[in-house]
Amino acid sequence: MARVVVDVMLKSEILDPQGKAVERAAQRLGYSTIASVRQGKRFELEIDGPVDDAALARIRELAQSLLANTVIEDFTVRVEDN
Amino acid sequence: MSSRIGVVTFPGSLDDRDAQRAIAIAGGEPVALWHGTTNLSGIDAVVLPGGFSYGDYLRAGAIARFSPIMSSVIDAAKSGMPVFGICNGFQVLCESHLLPGALTRNDHLHFICRDQKLRIENTTSAFTSGFNTNQEIVIPLKNGEGSYIADERTLDELEATGRIIARYVDVNPNGSRRDIAGITNEAGNVVGLMPHPEHAVEAGFGPSLDGLAFFTSVLSTLVNAS
Repeated sequence: MARVVVDVMLKSEILDPQGKAVERAAQRLGYSTIASVRQGKRFELEIDGPVDDAALARIRELAQSLLANTVIEDFTVRVEDN
Repeated sequence: MSSRIGVVTFPGSLDDRDAQRAIAIAGGEPVALWHGTTNLSGIDAVVLPGGFSYGDYLRAGAIARFSPIMSSVIDAAKSGMPVFGICNGFQVLCESHLLPGALTRNDHLHFICRDQKLRIENTTSAFTSGFNTNQEIVIPLKNGEGSYIADERTLDELEATGRIIARYVDVNPNGSRRDIAGITNEAGNVVGLMPHPEHAVEAGFGPSLDGLAFFTSVLSTLVNAS
């Protein structure tokens, strides 16, 4: 069974207060070289059947309509090697 | 005969009963609607209430947007039925693309619960026609993801076309762009508002009776349209 990974991140121009909070906590813990943190979501989809162009197109459609809100988020779709 | 105003209950809705009560106090007939049906039960208008539909999983309002009732609500909204989204309901309307922009986590990360002063700037929408222009009101606000965001072009367009129905006054409680508390669509029949007018409709409960005019406005709108 193939795995397709969809990563969703807030667009760069959108403020990410959760990422900022993690960034400040990391710095407090002494990780002084961490200059910036942004937090996103990762979806792992297990796919029945071949992951061909048609299947990937369907997954992009799902990412566009449900997994990401494209007003504020960007997404990437990739097939993960077994 | 009084107008029938539906209130949708999603799994995790909290303020559906308060919305029904506000509609009744305003003189309308509240109609409870369940998320799992597509039947709008002959309603004249609909309220999407506050709460945490589907636990706010994925994004606030993102799962509710695909519930069976919403396919009917979206069709009805496009045909002109008045639709009022309060708090989580506003989030559902943005996720449904019935309203532009999105609501994101409060810039300071804290959940906010306070009595909030607003200025009503649009008095022509289905739910604000009973206010005076620039009238200031105080109603409860309670949200964790109430920061209104849209691109600059959309914000300019909302301002130029008078579609910002209410702005926060004195303090911006969540980082909303341009102090936006609520907006309407081009036709003025779909309205989203982050604070909660349904909690300010009866003496002895809440900071004022200022919320009632949102509900009497839509009743007048419906009478004038018929």
